[in-house]
Order: sequence, then structure tokens, then C-alpha cells
Amino acid sequence: MIGMALISLLCGALSGKLAATASTGFASNLRQKLFYKVENFSFANLDRFNTASLVTRLTTDVTNIQQSYMMIIRMLVRAPFMLIMALCMAISISPKLSIIFAVTLPLLVVGLLVGVRLAFPRFEKMLHKYDDMNESTQENLIGIRAVKAFVREDNEIKKFKSVSETVQKLQFSAEKIIVFAFPFMQLLVYACIVCIIFFGGRDIINSVNGKLPGGMDLGDLTAFLSYVMQILMSLMMVAMTFMMIVISRASLDRVVQVLDEDIDIKDREDAEDIYPKDGSIDFDNVDFSYSKSPDVLNLENIDLHIKSGETVGIIGGTGSAKTTLVQLIPRLYDVFDGSVKVGGVDVRDYKIENLRGAIGMVLQKNVLFSGTIRQNLLWGNKDATQEEIEHAAKAAQAHDFIMSFPNGYETDLSQGGVNVSGGQKQRLCIARALLKHPKIMILDDSTSAVDTATDASIRSGLKQEFGDTTVLIIAQRISSVQDADRIIVMNDGKIDAVGTHEQLLESNEIYRDVYLSQQKGSADEEVQNG
Amino acid sequence: MARHPMADKRFKAKSPTATFKRILSYLGDYKPQLFVSVFCIIANVLCNIGGTFMISIITNNFILPLSGYNPEKYPVELAQLGSLSGWSAFGAIIGVMAAIYVVGALLHYLYNILIVRITSKILQDVRNEMFERLQSLPIRYFDSNTHGDIMSLFTNDTDTLRELLSNGLPNIITNVLTVVGMFIMMMVLSPLLTLVSVAILVVMLFIGKYIGGKSGKHFVRQQRKIGEINGYIEEHIDGLKVVKVFCHEDAEKEGFDKHNEELKFASRKAHTYANVLMPIMGNLSYVSYAATAIVGTIFSIRGIFGMNWGNLVSFMQFSRQFSNPIAQMAQQMNGILMALAGAERIFELLDEKPEDDEGYVTLVNATEDEDGNIVETDRYTGVWAWKHFHKADGTTTYVKWTGEVEFEDVSFGYVPEKTVLKHVTMTAYPGQKVALVGSTGAGKTTITNLINRFYDITDGKIRYDNININKIKKADLRHSMAMVLQDTHLFTGTVADNIRFGKLDATDEEVEAAAKLANADYFIRHLPDGYNTMLTGDGENLSQGQRQLLAIARAAIANPPVLILDEATSSIDTRTEKLIEKGMDRLMQGRTVFVIAHRLSTVRNADMILVLEHGEIIERGNHDELIAKRGKYYQLYTGAFELE
Repeated sequence: MIGMALISLLCGALSGKLAATASTGFASNLRQKLFYKVENFSFANLDRFNTASLVTRLTTDVTNIQQSYMMIIRMLVRAPFMLIMALCMAISISPKLSIIFAVTLPLLVVGLLVGVRLAFPRFEKMLHKYDDMNESTQENLIGIRAVKAFVREDNEIKKFKSVSETVQKLQFSAEKIIVFAFPFMQLLVYACIVCIIFFGGRDIINSVNGKLPGGMDLGDLTAFLSYVMQILMSLMMVAMTFMMIVISRASLDRVVQVLDEDIDIKDREDAEDIYPKDGSIDFDNVDFSYSKSPDVLNLENIDLHIKSGETVGIIGGTGSAKTTLVQLIPRLYDVFDGSVKVGGVDVRDYKIENLRGAIGMVLQKNVLFSGTIRQNLLWGNKDATQEEIEHAAKAAQAHDFIMSFPNGYETDLSQGGVNVSGGQKQRLCIARALLKHPKIMILDDSTSAVDTATDASIRSGLKQEFGDTTVLIIAQRISSVQDADRIIVMNDGKIDAVGTHEQLLESNEIYRDVYLSQQKGSADEEVQNG
Repeated sequence: MARHPMADKRFKAKSPTATFKRILSYLGDYKPQLFVSVFCIIANVLCNIGGTFMISIITNNFILPLSGYNPEKYPVELAQLGSLSGWSAFGAIIGVMAAIYVVGALLHYLYNILIVRITSKILQDVRNEMFERLQSLPIRYFDSNTHGDIMSLFTNDTDTLRELLSNGLPNIITNVLTVVGMFIMMMVLSPLLTLVSVAILVVMLFIGKYIGGKSGKHFVRQQRKIGEINGYIEEHIDGLKVVKVFCHEDAEKEGFDKHNEELKFASRKAHTYANVLMPIMGNLSYVSYAATAIVGTIFSIRGIFGMNWGNLVSFMQFSRQFSNPIAQMAQQMNGILMALAGAERIFELLDEKPEDDEGYVTLVNATEDEDGNIVETDRYTGVWAWKHFHKADGTTTYVKWTGEVEFEDVSFGYVPEKTVLKHVTMTAYPGQKVALVGSTGAGKTTITNLINRFYDITDGKIRYDNININKIKKADLRHSMAMVLQDTHLFTGTVADNIRFGKLDATDEEVEAAAKLANADYFIRHLPDGYNTMLTGDGENLSQGQRQLLAIARAAIANPPVLILDEATSSIDTRTEKLIEKGMDRLMQGRTVFVIAHRLSTVRNADMILVLEHGEIIERGNHDELIAKRGKYYQLYTGAFELE
């Protein structure tokens, strides 16, 4: 018996170790799969999930699933096996007494299933509300200045209290069912014990008195009771595992949602391994809709042809779809109708990597990553030499201020690049994009925090050092685009006019308005100051 | 990752006992329920032990005598049960045992449901308390703690607290009671056999402590790695659009894999130790079971030490269960320690000092009587007055609100070592538009932070209509001014709800009028559901410029006496800005306005422009005066100098 216990100890310990290895390995694989999947998300996919929710899915949800996975492999294999073994032993001792199990076990299984069925939807509802509560808390944190400035604290507290009360009610209603499970099992197992003592006791008495030859003896009864306890333990484990599954199912659903998300922009199967031959861009009757419905077109009937090496400015009011327009070029979104060509070839016919490799784009929402300035710049070209880095930094007018830092290019940027100013950040982002030596360079409002003089130097730097590159500049300042070869005026998802600064001043009302809103005062000044 | 150096500290409670006591104090609000549930737990444990003990009684006093088993060796009489005897007594005693068990199960259910209820109520209390405290904290708190850390108080830490309250504590109580109860019963049945069990138990405890300690160390490491990988995921998913543009996915994956491997390693270690613990405990209890069985049988056969078969059967049952509660407690230790650390962080938040508000001057509706005196009134008159109660002589005076803001030799630093504003003196007269111009870090935003007392000044005085703002009730002070910030924050709800944030009881017409004034009406009407379009996730589906328009509408509907516009139109194109300006001019009529703007076209028509550098006002005057001066402003204006 001691030998058996030792073997069992070894196997138990081994199973514990293996279960830990398996479950942590599983979690790590799952996390990796999720991260890889998210990395492959298109812009449209990203718009559907928000960042906070993706982060939760990759962290908290994976941890929840890992927990229950471990429970399942440890308990759900072990418990039924133990259950069956204990049952077999019990039956071998006394088949007659085992009839008791035939009554209680089905009852138990049915009870458990009913409980899980009832608890499931309640838990889901609770978790959903719980998510809502956390989301509104987070929102409140982000917007705390607005809350305080408008003295809305009491209102926010009232709102929070009503949600937290709902969460409490739902939580209670869900857990109410779960807590019923244990006493229910306890009751059934005790019922078994009582029956066994009664019938087993009767058998012993009868068998000793000779009325029932070959019946049970006291040792059998003890062993039998011991097996009953074992059965109880296994059932407890099964029940606990079920609970874990109930609780982690919501997490599982959320993770599966990410894994099942259809990535809508990927390489065509017949995409050729070609690179854009030059920086020409053609929009042929392009319609575009974020919601993929012809009723809500964000871009309508865009027909635009840009020659390689041309510099094109884009001007337009808030919400006129300037950004949307340029995002179609590196195929960050797919057109709804018509086609976008780069180097004379439809963007969908390139391998995405080849296409985007040829396009440098500085987004409106600039992000630098934690690491040194050099590490951040190397994003553009990981094999770039110091000369190449400096070359790009100089063109973006970033070299001088980088050198003014004590550590120069080795200066550490904290997350989000908060230790450089807005204008410096924008110039670093431009340098990063330039390191790609792109055929097309897109600047989406990327010099808004840079003063006009530096802004002009960046443009002339681009022209001198990157003369073959097609440059698209979205800007709010007329001065940023007025010396472009052509300027596009966007209005409400349509091209309102295309022309040079002089032509547009002459013929386009919107352009003239924008110009006047910026120039009138200073023009007066210049006259005054002569 | 910012959390890294703190990580170890984060997962260990500094003073577990004090924290534990404080958790218990929450239970104090639910004394009756708590009393009932503790009673139920005790009774339940007694029932369980009693039921098992019944086995011994039944075996010794009924089964054995009834079967006439070795009557010479076991001179035990067939027990009588009241008037019943023989078989009927046997049946009756079984009935008693069944009854005990039923009562036990009922009690179990009862205390479970009570505990679940108490737990969910306490959690609700704690959450409410946390949120309420959070709302009362000064802006400094939010500026010096990351959102991730604060959020984790509401999620991870409350979760572990829930676990502690609903499982940890009741289990400890049950387990301790069970162990004590069983120990007593075992002593009653056979002190000698108990010794055998206890000896093995000591070994178990020793092993449990050793492995538990190992596992705990790795758990702390695992938590730190989780913190690191979460930081990585957060930063890199946030910047994913940049990743896509640079086709940098592979490098991202590589970086992720490194963190992921490290986490896997740490968590495998931690879980291995934790998982190995249970089987070791379980199997030691088998050893204990086997040992007692052997010793017990020998004793029983020999009939020494007062041992008999009935006692042995019962004892075996106890010894089988004896180690369970102990193994369970060993396994739960990690969870309990983590919960204590979490609770401690929650209490830290609850102990944060709220914004102090010693102000007593309030803003009231007023009218002027025939003599030109200001009289307080309940109805809205459009005229406001500061109600100033003088403690010294018990009189109340009214000062008409005009919106004059005066800084007198104001100095301020976010941290004592670094002064951000130095000796700032200025006056904004009623109806004036004051513009603040300067590089990032020059102290522009700081000035606005001081006016509405997001931060309190270190030195000097700020007066509002000649009243020191420290004397004005914070709520009234803030009600009297509206801020439009550079980063616009929208809340989940409809577009109309978000505008209404500025004035909760605004009518639909008022909302629309405010939107029109901010030039937001046009784009709102083009949204799928117009004013009823739901905004989620901080209004992610709107452009930065559209969000700013909404923020302006929000300020417009509040219709405040003083307006602060901090880069409020930075993402709005100049043409739209011009259109808004017309509405703004109407809004700003007769109001004091502070404008911070990067674009000099925005500040040009201000009555007074203050140029700030390193926390000092270096130039002041209107546009023409400053241009004529040919100083810093002139340089900025002509583009010879970069604003940062």
C-alpha cells in the first residue's frame, strides 16, 4: 500500500509538472497566435476593435483561459478516471450496494447540467455588464479633466453607482446557482453514505448470522465507504472545472472573435513578386466607403493621376476625406469601386510588403516606440548605416536637434516619445519614413507642430535629396502646399478642384477662403510694416 | 516598462495584518448575515464531523452486536434508542444520521448564499467607494498615475478581493474548524492513532511550506513578466497602424516572442511547483491512511489501547479527510497573499487625500434692486453674483460677477524642485480675450490649470472679481468657466449626450443651437443617426477635428462666464475655424476668454497677447504693439522661430 502511494506520488507530481508545462505552453501559443493575428489586422479590422479591448483580450482573457485549461487537463481527465476506478472497485466489493450509485449518479449529472445551463447565460450577462462598467471607468479616467472642468463628478458617481448595482445584482443571480451545486453534491454523497451504512450494515448482520452467506464484512464496508469519498472528491473536481469553464467561456468567446476576424486586406494568391517601377499614382473612378455600403460613400468618383516625382498638396476642410484618400495608396484600405494604381499596376496586384516598402507614410497620429532614437529611425531600414541615418535626419531637419541631446542618436525615447516636443516628434517620424528611400512619400498633416520656416526647409530638403520621390502633402497651412506642382482641394469626399496655387486662387472659392483666412492679417501687416 | 522596478513590491503586501483587519472591517456592515453564516459554517462542520462519527456508533453499537460478532471479545451491548431496540433502533439511528447530513447540507447552502450575497455587496461598496474617491481626487493624482495602474485597481485587484471574500475566507474558517474538530474526534477515538496522523501531517506542512515558498517566488516573477508583456502589447498594438505602414510586423513578432518565452518560463515554474504540491499532499495522506490502517488493525485485533472495529472505521474516515483541508490551505496561500497585496493597493487609493475645498463663496443668481444693490434671487436672471459670507462679523455681501481674473506675483511648480511659473502678474478684464503664446513647457497650460484650481499655486494670489479664488467653492468656480482642451474626450453615449455634458438639462433645441454655433451641426447631420449617433471608445469614429467641434459645442451649451480654450482649434482647418470664430465671437461677447494656440492666426485678434518663456511673461500687448516691438512675437510671427 505504501508502495502504491509512492508510485501515485510520483505520477501525481509528474502529471502536475506536465500539466503546468502544457497549460503555460498552451497559453503562450495562444497569446502568440493572437498577437500574430492582430499584427496582420488591416486598418479596417483595427477600427472594429478598439486598442483597449484588444489589449484585454491578449492579457486578461488569455490568463483566464490558461487557468481553466489547466483545470481541465488536470481535473477533467483525472476526475472521471478516478470516478470510474473507484466505481469499479466499489462494484467489485459489492455489486448490490453499488446499485445506489445507479440512482444517485444520474441525478447528480442531471443536476450539474441543469445548473451549468442556468448559470451560463447569467454569467455571460454579468460579464458583459462588468465590461461596460470597466469601460466607463476607463473613459472617466481619460476624460477626468472634462469631468472636473464641468463639475460633473456627482453625475458620474450616480451613473457609476447604478451600473455597479446592476453588476452586483447580476453577479448574485449568477453565483446563486453555482453555490447550489456544492450542497447538492454533498447531499447526494451523504445520501449514498447513509444508504450504504444501512444496507451494508444489514448485509453484514445477515451474513454473520448466516442468513446471507458470503455477504459483506466490516472491512468491505470500510473500503466501500472510502471509495465513496473518492467518488465525492472526483465529483467536486468535475463541478469546479465546470465552474471554471462557465467563467472562462466569455473570455474564450472574446479571444475567438479576434482569431475568427476576417482579415480583409491580404496578398492576392496570384500577387506577383514585383516592385513598383516608379512613383506614379492613378486613381481611376474610385469610390470608397468605410462601412462598405454604396449609400455612405466617404470618397466618391475620384479620378486623379499623379506623375512620378511630382509634388502634390492636398487641402480641405475637417472631415473632407483627405486622409482617407491617401490611405488607399499603400492599400491600408481597399477601394469600394474603381482602382488605385501605383507604378501603373493595381495596388491589389502587388505583394503588400513590396507595395508598402516603396511608400513612406507619416500618419496624422504619430507614434514613436520606447527605445533609442536610432532604433526608432531604423524602422525605415534596419540595415541603414550611420551616414544614411544622418542623411535622412538632415533632410527632415531633425539632425541638429538630435545632436543637441547629450546622447545624440542614442537618446532614449520613452513610450510614445513624450520626452520630445510635438514638432521634434513629427520630424523624427519624417526621417524614419525617409530612411525607406520611398518612391512615394505621404505626409498626412505631419508638420502641423513645426514652424513655417522649418516646414519650408523640410520641403526643400525633400526636393533636393529625394528629387525622384513623388510627394503628397496633406496640410492645413497654405504655406505648406503653395509651392507644390499641383494642389488638390477636397470637399466632402470629392475632388473640388486641382491646380497650382495661382490657378486655384483665381478659380476656387474654397481655396481662396482658406488662403484668406490665413493670409489676410499678415498681408495687412506686411503692408503696414512695409 | 515603467512598472518594472516596482513590480516585486506590487505583488507583495507591505502590512498584511493591517490590510486583513481592514478587509474584516468591511464585513462589519453585514453583522447579522455574517453572524448567521459563521454560525452556519460551525454547525455545518459539526454536522459533517458528527455524521462521520455516527458511523462509529452505528458500527459498534448496532451492526456488531446485531450480528453477534465475537461477543466475547467485544462486550458491547446492543444499544437502545428510546423505546426502540434491535432492528428498529438500527433503522432509527440511520435516520438520525441522515437527518444530521441533511441539516449539514442545508446549512452549507445557507452560508454559501449568504457569503455570495455579502461578497457581492461588499464589492459593490468597495467599487463605489473607489469611484467616489477617484472623483474627489486632485488632477495631480491622475497626472502622476498611469491609467493602466488605476484601471487594474478596478479589475485585477477587485477580482482577487472577490476571490478572497467569497472563497478564501470561508475556506479558511471551514478548514480550520474542520481540522480542529477532526483532531478532537480523532483524539476521542484513539489518541495513539492520532499521533501517527499528526506525525505525517507535520511532514506535510514542512513540504507544503517549502514548495509553497518556491512557488510563491516564481509567482511574483510571473506577475512581473505579465506586467512586462502587457506593457509591450499595449505599446505595440497602440502603434499598430505605424507598424503596418512600415511592414514591420516580423520584427514586432520577434520582440513579442522574446517576452512571451520569458513569461512562459516563469509561469511554467510557478505552476509546476503549485501543481506538484497537491499530489504530494494527497499521497502523503494516503501514506498516513495506510499507516493508520496497519497500526489501527493491529490494535483492534489485539484489542489494545481501547481500540475496536467501530472506532477504527470511523477513524479511517477522519484520517482520510484530515489532510484535505490542510492541503487546500497550502494551495490557497498564494491566492490569499496576492489578494492582500491587491486589497492594500485599493486601500491606498481610498486613503488618497481628496482635493481640498475650503471655499465658501458661492455663485448665485442675482438682480439689482432700485438702489443698484445686488439682491440674491432663485430665478435665472442672467445676472450672477458672488455670495460672500464674512465669518468675522457674520454679514453677507454680494459682489456682482464680471469675470475679471487677476494674477498677482504667481509662482508655481508641479514638483517643489522645479518652478514652472515665475512671478506671473497679469489682469484679464471683463470681456477681454487674452492669448497665451509660447513654447511647449513655457507654462501656458499651467496658467489655465491654476485658474480653475486643478492645481493650487505655490506663491502669490489669483483673484476672481477681486475675490481670492481659494475662498471660492471649487464647484462654483469651475461652473463659472468652461474649458476646451487640446485632447478632446468624449464619453460613450449619443452625440447629443456628449454636448449635453456641458448642461445636463439642456433641451434638444439648445443642443442643436450649440452645435450650430460650433459649426458641428453639418457633420453631425451627416452621421448615420444624426444627433442620436452612438459614440463609443472615446469617439474613435470621429476625426480629431470633429471631436474638437463637439468639445466647443459642449462648452457653448454650458454658457459660462469665462472661457478657456487650450489649443481648442488645433485640429480644425483654418477655414472652418474662421466659420466657428463668428459663432465664438457671439459666445465670447462680454466674457473673459483665455486662448492658448499654436497658430498665430488664432490669437491675432486678442486684446492682450502674453508671450511666455520658461515660466515668465517676456512680452505683452496686442498684435500690433508686439509686431511693432520686433521682439520674440515678431520672430514667431514671421516664422523665424519655431514653437515647441
